[in-house]
Amino acid sequence: MATTTITRAVRLRRSRFRGLLWRENLDGWLFIMPWVIGFLAFTLGPMVASAVMAFMQWDILTPAKFIGLTNFRNMASDPLFLKSFGNTAYYTFIGVPLYLLTSLAAALLLNTGMRGTNIYRTLFFLPSLTPAVANALLWTWIFNPDFGLANGILYLLGLPKQQWLFDENLAKPAFILMGIWGMGQQMILFLAGLQGIPDQLYEAASIDGAGLWRKTLNITLPMLTPTIFFNLVMGIIGSFQVFTTAFIATGGGPHYATLFYLLYLYRNAFDYFKMGYASSLAWVLFVVVLIFTLIQFATARRWVYYEVEEAR
Amino acid sequence: MSQAIYERSAGARTGQRENAWYRVLKLLGKLLLQALLITTSFSMLLPMLWLISTSLKVSGKEWAFPPQLIPNPVAWSNYVDFMRELPVPFYKYILNTVTITTFATLGTVLTSSLAAFSFARLRFWGRNRVFILVISTMMLPGAVTMVPTFLIFKTLGWLDSFLPLTVPYWFGGTAFSIFLLRQFFLSLPYELDEAARMDGASNFWIFLRVIMPLARPAVASVVIFQVLDHWNAFMGPLIYINSQQKYTLTLALRTFQNTRSQRINYLMAASMIQVLPVVVLFFTAQRYFIRGISVTGLAGR
Repeated sequence: MATTTITRAVRLRRSRFRGLLWRENLDGWLFIMPWVIGFLAFTLGPMVASAVMAFMQWDILTPAKFIGLTNFRNMASDPLFLKSFGNTAYYTFIGVPLYLLTSLAAALLLNTGMRGTNIYRTLFFLPSLTPAVANALLWTWIFNPDFGLANGILYLLGLPKQQWLFDENLAKPAFILMGIWGMGQQMILFLAGLQGIPDQLYEAASIDGAGLWRKTLNITLPMLTPTIFFNLVMGIIGSFQVFTTAFIATGGGPHYATLFYLLYLYRNAFDYFKMGYASSLAWVLFVVVLIFTLIQFATARRWVYYEVEEAR
Repeated sequence: MSQAIYERSAGARTGQRENAWYRVLKLLGKLLLQALLITTSFSMLLPMLWLISTSLKVSGKEWAFPPQLIPNPVAWSNYVDFMRELPVPFYKYILNTVTITTFATLGTVLTSSLAAFSFARLRFWGRNRVFILVISTMMLPGAVTMVPTFLIFKTLGWLDSFLPLTVPYWFGGTAFSIFLLRQFFLSLPYELDEAARMDGASNFWIFLRVIMPLARPAVASVVIFQVLDHWNAFMGPLIYINSQQKYTLTLALRTFQNTRSQRINYLMAASMIQVLPVVVLFFTAQRYFIRGISVTGLAGR
């Protein structure tokens, strides 16, 4: 008698528990449904469509035609594809390490706790908030060969005027300079990373007689590797997609020196209406970015230091 | 006893001498650091000053070499006059941008907070795998989906409307906003949900009445970054908007760049109109900026 009531109560509680679990499962999926639908409609669906279109020739007006690997074959002999790819690689592999170095240096500088740090931090960070279009217009004016600020500074230093964005060899470095000016977000991430390093580590190192240099090398940098990793991954992904500045400031010139990959892709799609070719370009970009991201994740285990993962 | 005192004072004296050197060195270091900070700050500030200065120059004065940093006379009227160069009343561009920003941000906040709540506080089958998928979309180059997405909206007849720039944000917002809100929701005590559940509250009620009221700081960060994104957006409007009447501020700036007069002082004044609200927003909500950016960094973990 007594045992049956107990088992009944247990069973009842169990079924209520199961009901709750079931409810949680249902609600869980229900609440993420908008995202799931959006993901299918605006991410996965288009990705698949793009993969199919990469094998087609399509100008929107006439029906699409399946042409196999022709788009990819054309790429190999398309001088502008090669040029834009090279430009983007240059911009990425020179630019991103420089952004990392300058933002890290700025963060270290700000982390010394000097008087006025708050003001300096604001001043270092503000440029990164400049809207891309306004930013591009401003720098076009700064690099104006006749009346720009850049040449004004060179003049003050007694150096000859430069053609900047009109000079094939200087255009990309000028873009990188703009990028360095806008490194504020990475810097904030480094600052957050620096503030997350426990003081005990430095104290222990001081007791062991470590100087500033040793502490930076053996504590700060290893503890910052997750932030370095994040900035590196996102930096490379971002700079493979540089668009607005080139579109506004140079339109890809001079002599295609700033024809970056996304700009060329955009032109193929929306100026020349080569939807198929643009899709194949998009997939090449995707695969290249994916490979670089995977390489970074694969090597991360060797150089990125993670503290114990949090549970739940 | 006296011996000990003597030794101690001697030690103190050499200590003092070392201290003096140390202090001089430290002071020098500090001065050097300050000098470095000031020069760097100034060079970071210089392009901004140049923007402000050019926007306030009388037409003709901007073409001077070497460049003058202080405008003389100051032409405040540029900020009104430039509007006449544009084919559509200037307020229209602002209104369009504000409309897009509002609807896109609203959609993001509503749908991404719901998804974030689900990821943080509910246990459902496949949760972690789906969440990893959310995070990995952050790393997906937008270019891959650009062309087909354009074709979808073309098929729907949504071209040259605000719909392609707002509706997608009603489907989970952005991966960043989901991530940011989830991180915040994870930090709230679970006893809150359990207590409400004991009282028979539904999961949606818990989300709406227990969790969301506590999430104001995180929501503020999401709103700020969304507002910033849509205020600055260029490629989306460029692809989807064709008629001047529907242009956003960024497209207006682009039009401006191509006008015949090529008045750089007007162009800079117009750019200032785009920059100024961002700067004001930053100074009024600085901590939400910093927090938002810092949280993104956690996505790397």
